Amino acid sequence: MTNPRLLQKGDSWAIETQGLGKSFGHLNALQDITLQVRYGALVTVLDPNAAGKTTLLRVLATLTRPSKGRARVGGLDVQGQDPAIRALIGWVGEHTLLYGQLSPRENLRFYGRMYGVRDLERRIDDLTERLGFGDRQEDAVHKLSRGMQQRVSIARAILHQPLILLLDEPYSGLDRRGATVLDNLLSGLRDGGHTILMTTHDLHRTVELGAEVHILLNGRIVHHMGPQTTPEQLRSTYDRCMGSQQ
Amino acid sequence: MSYWRGVMAMVAKDVLAELRSKEALSAMLLFALMVAVTFNLALELRVDNVLQIAPGLMWVAFAFAGVLGLNRSFAAEQECACIEGLMLTPVDRSAVYVAKCISNTLFMLAAEALFLPVFSALFRVPVWNPALWFIVLLGTVGFASAGTLFAAVAMNSRAREILLPLLLLPIVVPVLTAATRSTAQILDGQSLAQYAPWLRLLLAFDIISVVIAVLSFEYVIEE
Repeated sequence: MTNPRLLQKGDSWAIETQGLGKSFGHLNALQDITLQVRYGALVTVLDPNAAGKTTLLRVLATLTRPSKGRARVGGLDVQGQDPAIRALIGWVGEHTLLYGQLSPRENLRFYGRMYGVRDLERRIDDLTERLGFGDRQEDAVHKLSRGMQQRVSIARAILHQPLILLLDEPYSGLDRRGATVLDNLLSGLRDGGHTILMTTHDLHRTVELGAEVHILLNGRIVHHMGPQTTPEQLRSTYDRCMGSQQ
Repeated sequence: MSYWRGVMAMVAKDVLAELRSKEALSAMLLFALMVAVTFNLALELRVDNVLQIAPGLMWVAFAFAGVLGLNRSFAAEQECACIEGLMLTPVDRSAVYVAKCISNTLFMLAAEALFLPVFSALFRVPVWNPALWFIVLLGTVGFASAGTLFAAVAMNSRAREILLPLLLLPIVVPVLTAATRSTAQILDGQSLAQYAPWLRLLLAFDIISVVIAVLSFEYVIEE
């Protein structure tokens, strides 16, 4: 949910990292990441060899502590592990974070209580309708298809109207209808002033959404492209990055 | 988000999930019953020696059944990576421990409440004694409070079913000793003054265990 206190502090950036690094033993998943995402921006991170982008989002979501550098989300330092940061964030990742024994509605009710969502039942009604799983909302989650579970997971992520969305391959597992629903949802959220940082490998969709692009290679950001990038420019830069690591 | 509102939401979720699956409760109850029945058949107990053996048997059954339940508590969170969902919510991470500890205590107490009448019938020991139930409550809180922390430690290990008892059982020796001794004294009809030292040990363990777990839980569940 939008936190006016944070927006009034005069922070220029919704997400800001400086020299951010994360190592797992000898493996450097992130190296010297300096990134600035303004409020209301839609930014994608492309990672040709899929090494580092999830770690970046996990650090920003306070799920993993950085080894070096600093990161601020909504003006708050992630090192502090302040629960207030987590109130600002909506997360969609590889896992749906849904309890299989419970129904979509019960899952959303639980997460809604955890985030202190007001008028919760009405909010759940709204999301089940927008994301198109109203007719399955009382079935146990483990009985739903992967695509349907992903829709419920997206509803979970935006239930508390987070200021900043961290989406790790959110189109993964979605069928065509689900992907269209998500496209519309992301456009609507961006128009509503929400900041979206998303990882994907779908160049076409990145261009269609008009997102800023960061290309991450071997844990470093090697390219930044603006939202006006054409599909050809993006393809050629991406291919060059792929070629440079071979 | 208030700390206790978050705790209660997590406990309600755990209870609802357990009512659906009945995995932890049925596993704990069946295991405890098997222990009681096996020992009842294996040992030829007479009236004069049953009171010497029954308290130990009762707490052995509680401890090993409790390990089964504790193993399930974080395994269920791990299967859907839901532990990350909890870590992403805007509550202090120690609230996750407190909620899990309450849930585990409730599930263990439920299994014990169903087990004790059967145990009473098998070993002909009188269990309808408020003092005994109070000891069961304190012992269970001590066991679950330490066990919840170690279940979180073992959560990311492939060998968590083995790791948890190896880590937990040496730590809860004071709980098992105090609970067994005080149970024996209560069944023997001794007064509160006689088993008060064991009661104090149980209380002290419960408090210290909860405080240490609350302070350290955030570091335990981080990568």
